[in-house]
Amino acid sequence: MGNHSDGSPNHSGTVATAGQNVVEKFQDPGLPPHRLRLADTDPRAAKRAERQVAILFGISVVGTVIFLVSYFAIDLGQDSTIATIRTQNLLLGLGTAFAMLGIGTGIVHWAKALMPDHEVSEERHAIRTEEDRQAAVRIVEDIVEETGIKRRPLIRNTLLGAVALAPLPALAVFGDLGPRPDDKLAHTMWAPQDGKLKRLTRDPDGTPIKASDVTIGSAFHVIPEGLNELQEGKLSAKAKAVVLLMRLNPDDLTISKGRENWSYNGIVAYSKICTHVGCPVALYEQQTHHLLCPCHQSTFDLTKECKVVFGPASRPLPQLPIAVDAEGYLVATSDFKEPVGPSYWERDEHERLINS
Amino acid sequence: MSASSTAEVPFAPKTKVGRITDFVDERVGGSGILREFGRKVFPDHWSFMFGEVALYSFVILLMSGTFLTFFFDPSMAETHYSGSYTPLTNVEMSVAYSSSLNISFDIRGGLFFRQVHHWAALLFVASLGVHMLRVFFTGAFRKPREMNWVVGGVLLILAMAEGFTGYSLPDDLLSGNGLRIIDGVIKSIPVIGTYISFFLFGGEFPGTAIIGRLYVLHILLVPAMILLMIVIHLFMVVVHKHTQYPGPGRNDGNVVGYPLGPVYAAKAGGFFFIVFGVVALMAAMFTINPIWNYGPYDPSPVSAGTQPDWYIGFVDGALRLMPGVVNDFHFEYIIFGHVLTLNVLLPALVPAGIIFTVLFMYPWIERWITKDNREHHVLDRPRNAPTRTAIGVAGFTWYCVMWAAAGSDLIATHFHVALNDVTYWLRTLFFLGPIIAFMVAKRVALALQRKDREIALHGRETGRIVRLPHGEFIEVHAPLDDYKHYKLVGFESPVPLPAEPNEHGVVTPKEKRRAALSKWFFEDRVAPATPAELEAAHGHGHHEAIESGEEHKSLSH
Repeated sequence: MGNHSDGSPNHSGTVATAGQNVVEKFQDPGLPPHRLRLADTDPRAAKRAERQVAILFGISVVGTVIFLVSYFAIDLGQDSTIATIRTQNLLLGLGTAFAMLGIGTGIVHWAKALMPDHEVSEERHAIRTEEDRQAAVRIVEDIVEETGIKRRPLIRNTLLGAVALAPLPALAVFGDLGPRPDDKLAHTMWAPQDGKLKRLTRDPDGTPIKASDVTIGSAFHVIPEGLNELQEGKLSAKAKAVVLLMRLNPDDLTISKGRENWSYNGIVAYSKICTHVGCPVALYEQQTHHLLCPCHQSTFDLTKECKVVFGPASRPLPQLPIAVDAEGYLVATSDFKEPVGPSYWERDEHERLINS
Repeated sequence: MSASSTAEVPFAPKTKVGRITDFVDERVGGSGILREFGRKVFPDHWSFMFGEVALYSFVILLMSGTFLTFFFDPSMAETHYSGSYTPLTNVEMSVAYSSSLNISFDIRGGLFFRQVHHWAALLFVASLGVHMLRVFFTGAFRKPREMNWVVGGVLLILAMAEGFTGYSLPDDLLSGNGLRIIDGVIKSIPVIGTYISFFLFGGEFPGTAIIGRLYVLHILLVPAMILLMIVIHLFMVVVHKHTQYPGPGRNDGNVVGYPLGPVYAAKAGGFFFIVFGVVALMAAMFTINPIWNYGPYDPSPVSAGTQPDWYIGFVDGALRLMPGVVNDFHFEYIIFGHVLTLNVLLPALVPAGIIFTVLFMYPWIERWITKDNREHHVLDRPRNAPTRTAIGVAGFTWYCVMWAAAGSDLIATHFHVALNDVTYWLRTLFFLGPIIAFMVAKRVALALQRKDREIALHGRETGRIVRLPHGEFIEVHAPLDDYKHYKLVGFESPVPLPAEPNEHGVVTPKEKRRAALSKWFFEDRVAPATPAELEAAHGHGHHEAIESGEEHKSLSH
């Protein structure tokens, strides 16, 4: 053992396989003898293969015709149905498939059956000669030497500093890709406007919900009043403000200190945006009182203020404090008391900001 | 080149093809290139076609994608649908979604091109992945091809980026929820996450900028980078010449195969049409991404059983597997007044990070362990590199566990098992799966090597049972011909390389670690059969005499 060269001329000294050279090995018998194909010896077989190739090319022509006919003959006018589109798609696709497969299989069959199939052996040449290799190293060293960069650290260091800083403008020019986040993620549309509390309305039509409409066991997808009337940023506002409204038997709810006035007769409202990565928590399991996010299966227990009981979420869904106004409609008494949706670096700061 | 200086007759081509070739050559001087490439030898093997499939899918993507850009409008402005798909008539949606619907329903062949584009994209990433598996398991990444392996890895990442940006463009409900997940992951990045999210989306999610931005990335920047990488990749293939599988007549000093013109070019060129034909067939018969069923993006609804395109699945699956709370420990916790969202950050970055880091570094890791600095042009059969094969299978298994986790809800509903149990099992497999896979794959590889050795020494089983004069039954084994035999014995089986002192006579701790890894790599080995062993096998009993006698008999029939 140890560092032996196994004697192969290809080696430049380092050894992978100590001991390999000790054992006698089988000799390479060389390329197997070439076997003739039927088409090489039998002219009739060759002729047959020729015809087969021609037929395959002919199939391709048929495919092209199918494509053109179905493109021009099938009209996608006003009275076209989904079935028309499906038929056309099928015919266009089959036409293309025949056109392409005909050419492809034809050529491959031609190559395999009729073109010379002698495997040939070619020498591999070294990627570069030993002479070139040494010259290349020397040239690079000479170039570096002639710049004098090693001898003049002042030049080197100032250059490094300049080059390191130069890309900063290239980063800075992307500064207007978007606005600063500031505390935008801390607020939603639910904050009362000019002292007026926002009503809970149905998603998507925006009709307000009466407390008496919410029976035990029912669930509503809720958006804030006025969302549909927004001219700008409707989806962005909706992405934070959507809420799930459910009514349970009040006895089933565990209510923590400070949240006594956040529900009404067992009616509770929670943010629909998952605290994991922000999918809508759209599934309500009425029997178990669980809310389930269909994207990553985070499960929240409604009776325990949406505590996480399973899945990748780490934080309960934020609760929206609700009450009933003079006309019996459900309203939000304030914005969420914490930022909704997935966590972010400044989230805790924002939560403190909201509650101060 | 010019013949004007002497009186000898200048070379004049005699055929029409020859005259055209000469005409072009006299003006652009391509004869050198033609001499180099016209008859260049390419080894042939079915497993070399995966890379070709990837290349051809990319060509199909460029063609079908260009068609789609003529009709697609990436604007996120609001509009009311007025096209011919009546279930969505007058529904409020973005122009991007509306124009995607128009491509599907109002432009002849539009749906076909959309489906060709989507199927080709799925095939592109899949064939890239399978091609890389082939390269890994056959050791084709070894010197001098390490850098081309890295280029391939970059191509895989670019292909996934290209796929995801394209997937998001129609602005439908499914892709919108995918973007929302990306937004959630970005927001979990410490310090800069919120800013990146706001800069990417031009404000709060979803904003009105993202589709346009992804569109530019999807049709300009990323495809240009992919094209550049493909050029580099193929250039290096030409420089290195293709690898070849081991076999008689093949060694590191030659390349055996068909000449580029005409056979190889015909086969490869024909194969492009076959790939195109198969993609067209899928687009004709199988619906992919029926955006009209999903509806426009709206942050409130989501459909159950949502799945990303397959290549994003492993990241989505990792997100699903990570528990947010273990006992009472919350993986999201507050550090110096800031939120560290480990339940998102870890699964989104760590598995993908490990996979790609190991993938990129593997050629150098193996070279360091084996101290093998030689050039390799002959591939390893996977069984002949058991530890490498086992590492690959372990990594692949790990990937597949995460990928399967992306469909945990569908597994639960299809097999009528509890979703929670599926997750618990997959969490277990996340840790145990690769280990089990490693052990099984290594044993299988070694067993296959033993089988090869057995066949090399004793011949193949003929299924012919012969009764000897004294009553014993034996099965006759027929010896292999020299060529098949050489395939089974013509490989290297390195032994562990013990630690060696450096030039100062010191065995460094690093060298000790290397030696330990070398032992782990090579200690289980099956040596190739040697001529001496074959000799001994033939001399060990009278079976062989009977056997050869039988052979002679059967020949004389």
